[in-house]
Amino acid sequence: MSPENYLYLSALLFTIGACGVLIRRNAIVVFMCIELMLNAANLALVAFSRMHGNLDGQIAAFFVMVVAAAEVVVGLAIIVMLYRSRHSASVDDASLMKL
Amino acid sequence: MSTLAAMSALAAETSTSTGEAAQFWILAPLAVAGGLGTVLMRRAVHSALCLAGTMVLLALFYLANGAYFLGVVQIVVYTGAVMMLFLFVLMLVGVSQVDSLKETLKGQRLLAALCGLGLGILLIAGLGQASVATFTGLAAANEGGNVQALATLLFTDYVVAFEVTGVLLTVAAMGATLLTHRERIERHKTQREQAEERVRKEWVTPLPAPGVYARHNAVDIPALLPDGTPSEVSVSPTLRNRGQVREVHEQALADLAALEQRTADYQGRPRSLPARAGLGERTGDDGRPPAGGPAGIAEREDGR
Amino acid sequence: MESLIGGLVAAPLLGAAVLLTGGRRLDRSGHWLGTALAGLSFVFAAVLFFDMLGKDAEERTLTSHLFSWVPVEGFQADVAFQLDQLSMTFVLLVTSVGSLIHLYSVGYMAHDERRRRFFGYLNLFMGAMLLLVLADNYLLLYVGWEGVGLASFLLIGFWQHKPSAATAAKKAFIVNRVGDVGLAIAIFLMFTTFGSFAFSAVLDEQVAAGAGQATLTGIGLMLLLAACGKSAQVPLQSWLGDAMEGPTPVSALIHAATMVTAGVYLVVRSADIFNLTPDAQLVVTIVGAASLLFGAFVACAKDDIKKSLAGSTMSQIGYMMLAAGLGPIGYVFAIMHLVTHGFFKAGLFLGAGSVMHAMNDEVDMRRYGALRRHMPVTFVTFGLAYLAIIGFPGLSGFFSKDEIIYAAFAKGGTQGWILGGVTLLGAALTAYYMTRMMLLTFFGEKRWQPDAAGREPHPHEAPRVMTIPMIVLAVGSVGAGAYFSLGERFAHWLEPVTGLGHEEAPLSHGMVSLAATAVMLIGVAGAWAQYGRRPVPLVAPAGRWVTRAARRDLLQDDFNHAVLVRPGNYLTRGLVYVDHKLVDGVVNGTAAAFGGLSGRLRRVQNGFARSYAVSMFGGAAVLVAATLLMRAV
Repeated sequence: MSPENYLYLSALLFTIGACGVLIRRNAIVVFMCIELMLNAANLALVAFSRMHGNLDGQIAAFFVMVVAAAEVVVGLAIIVMLYRSRHSASVDDASLMKL
Repeated sequence: MSTLAAMSALAAETSTSTGEAAQFWILAPLAVAGGLGTVLMRRAVHSALCLAGTMVLLALFYLANGAYFLGVVQIVVYTGAVMMLFLFVLMLVGVSQVDSLKETLKGQRLLAALCGLGLGILLIAGLGQASVATFTGLAAANEGGNVQALATLLFTDYVVAFEVTGVLLTVAAMGATLLTHRERIERHKTQREQAEERVRKEWVTPLPAPGVYARHNAVDIPALLPDGTPSEVSVSPTLRNRGQVREVHEQALADLAALEQRTADYQGRPRSLPARAGLGERTGDDGRPPAGGPAGIAEREDGR
Repeated sequence: MESLIGGLVAAPLLGAAVLLTGGRRLDRSGHWLGTALAGLSFVFAAVLFFDMLGKDAEERTLTSHLFSWVPVEGFQADVAFQLDQLSMTFVLLVTSVGSLIHLYSVGYMAHDERRRRFFGYLNLFMGAMLLLVLADNYLLLYVGWEGVGLASFLLIGFWQHKPSAATAAKKAFIVNRVGDVGLAIAIFLMFTTFGSFAFSAVLDEQVAAGAGQATLTGIGLMLLLAACGKSAQVPLQSWLGDAMEGPTPVSALIHAATMVTAGVYLVVRSADIFNLTPDAQLVVTIVGAASLLFGAFVACAKDDIKKSLAGSTMSQIGYMMLAAGLGPIGYVFAIMHLVTHGFFKAGLFLGAGSVMHAMNDEVDMRRYGALRRHMPVTFVTFGLAYLAIIGFPGLSGFFSKDEIIYAAFAKGGTQGWILGGVTLLGAALTAYYMTRMMLLTFFGEKRWQPDAAGREPHPHEAPRVMTIPMIVLAVGSVGAGAYFSLGERFAHWLEPVTGLGHEEAPLSHGMVSLAATAVMLIGVAGAWAQYGRRPVPLVAPAGRWVTRAARRDLLQDDFNHAVLVRPGNYLTRGLVYVDHKLVDGVVNGTAAAFGGLSGRLRRVQNGFARSYAVSMFGGAAVLVAATLLMRAV
């Protein structure tokens, strides 16, 4: 098996996540899809790291994880705020800048 | 450590072992299924579980690719912490909410499909075009241990990025606190003021408790007032907002009337006595709706 | 002495400023203030006049430089005055007749609650008119020119509550505007040709001769256009008859004696230009001759006493124009006729005003009759002015008009005979319509009618404040001509400015006088035959087509309407159509296109994060595609 298959898997997962972002309305699910895309990217980075025989790819994946953690913290806080103000977690309900 | 060394040896090879191939072909479809499940499950909590599964599978792929540290971190941080955070917020927002999958934006699904297909085909085509016949493997890089090698890189070449990410995390934590923090804009009320306000309001007494004559989870069933009508205020406003309040079934009301009637018959009272009198006698004459404590539990257990 | 010239202009302007801004507290005394300042102006003029008389003929010109208006390199506009014999003549005429009419107005406007404003306007007019005749350059003259136009507009429309007066004011203003454009173009031409518009620079035979013949003719014709507008000459004559909607003193001062003669002043002042372009001069004479006959015909047919006098004014100014077009031989007599005309026409108008005053503001002469016994002073003064205008031997008109007729014959050749014939015909017509006016007003039966309010007229002599000016003007009408003509006094007075031509006519002076007197008698007899012997019908008979056309001002308004107004309307309608359909179409179309585009683009900005995400992913796909393409290439 060629390790390229990891890349194909990564692309597939990334596309699935992207479609999820476009299709789902629940903000939390959208967020999860984004996490899926990030993970797919991480998989590609790890595979690249192996292909090139150095650890820079893993370092990049590591940073992606850290930043994703930070993003999750802020993003979930925003979702909580949204729910508090609109009593709904739907991203479509937040289509106006004012309440 | 010996396992790690063995896996290192595996990674050092220029083509993958049969074992890894088997692992890939078993786990990759599962990961794709998990991803699809994340997107397609109607309940957010199911999506979260699917995503957690996918993440664990991805952690295995990391391990297979010689990224031991990342694999472990993936499980601990992502699957353990981040997904728990997700579930936590899900619980906060409404765990049993079922999302409608009906599309409301015109053409959104078509465009999404087009974009997804286009992007996927392009990515895969690009990868196919950039096919690499040989690959180096991480044997040399992981010589002194994967974690040590990563740490060396992180604290030499990437130290600035590392520090900046640290700052980012701090800022994110503060930002989240700030976002969810609610500023108190009015003075804190004293106990006396609270008491006065309460007397002036419609309800002087405590609100009626839910769950009278409940058949299962009693919190979402409104209490019955002495005259037999359900009391909306007895249910938590959160449940009301989520639309999770259950109606008191007419059958339950009929049962109640029959019970009253039987009681009356047993005590030799005239049949025409209204249900209300019986209730009043049973719960005392303070006018409060009947509290559903033991009866509620009993009913729920019956319902199961 | 020079500073008095400034005072001459400043006095009435000060009066106007005070009266128009002073408010109601001047309502009771304002008219006397206005009259006093007009009189003060006259006193200044008299002082300057006697000072001028004390000098040699060649040194009489006074200049007074007040300040530089536009001191720019290559463009020098000064507020400076030049008082020579020609200006002096006008200054005396304007201030004397003006003062008399101010005095008359005190009585005439006694019952008008806006009298203060009226006097303010009159003072404004006098100031502007003096500015016009005293300016030492064409630009300042233009200021005065517009000033008198404004004053004329305000005074014609003084009774603006009458729609007819408001319309007449607008008509006068607009027709004058055509002439003013002519003057403006003439000034532009002067500036481009000579680099200046000061009289001293432009009005010099050597300098003017340096310019091309076509340019000079152009300037001359543009000046003539301006003169036509201001002096109600063909083809810009249509406003004068309607201008009689103004109060009668206004008609007397502005639309008979002074302002309408500004055109003649302009032509005579620009003599040095006209002398060099025979073509323009010929046009001036033609315009004068046409106006002479036009006005006379209209005057013969009108029953409205003021409109008949307006026609007469136009006709008499036609005489002046004709004379001015004849060159140096005519300038002096144009101005002389102007001065005498100023006296007798003002007198006639004041008499008409007095009659109207007595007859409850009735203007139809067919409803007068037999007023001579009731209004003896008016009758006598009006009668003397009448004799003066028809050229009765010995009175003012006789001297000035005969000289013009002589000069017309002196033109020589066929042109001379035609012009002489026209002037003689004009004299006959003048006698006819003036006699008709006399007979209808003062002789014959009483044909008085109650006015619209049912009041019977009770004719009475006007108050003294009105009769005194009439008497003074009558004296002028009688004596001025003889005084000016004795020893060619007036000709010698003006000669340094205008020059003096002597040409032999085919007829001698005596024969011309005889002929003029003869045609005058024919005219009088004709009028007597028609209006003196027979009773006058109260309603005018239908008459032949000539009479009907003359009653309608020889169809001038119909002509203007057909030739100017209607095509103008069509043009504007067309332009409006083009504006609506084409210009607005382009503008609105562009706006609609952008509006529609933004409406469609707006839908992209729907606020749904998912829609934005689609475009983001689309963009990402495009980027990936582009990257792959680049690599493929």
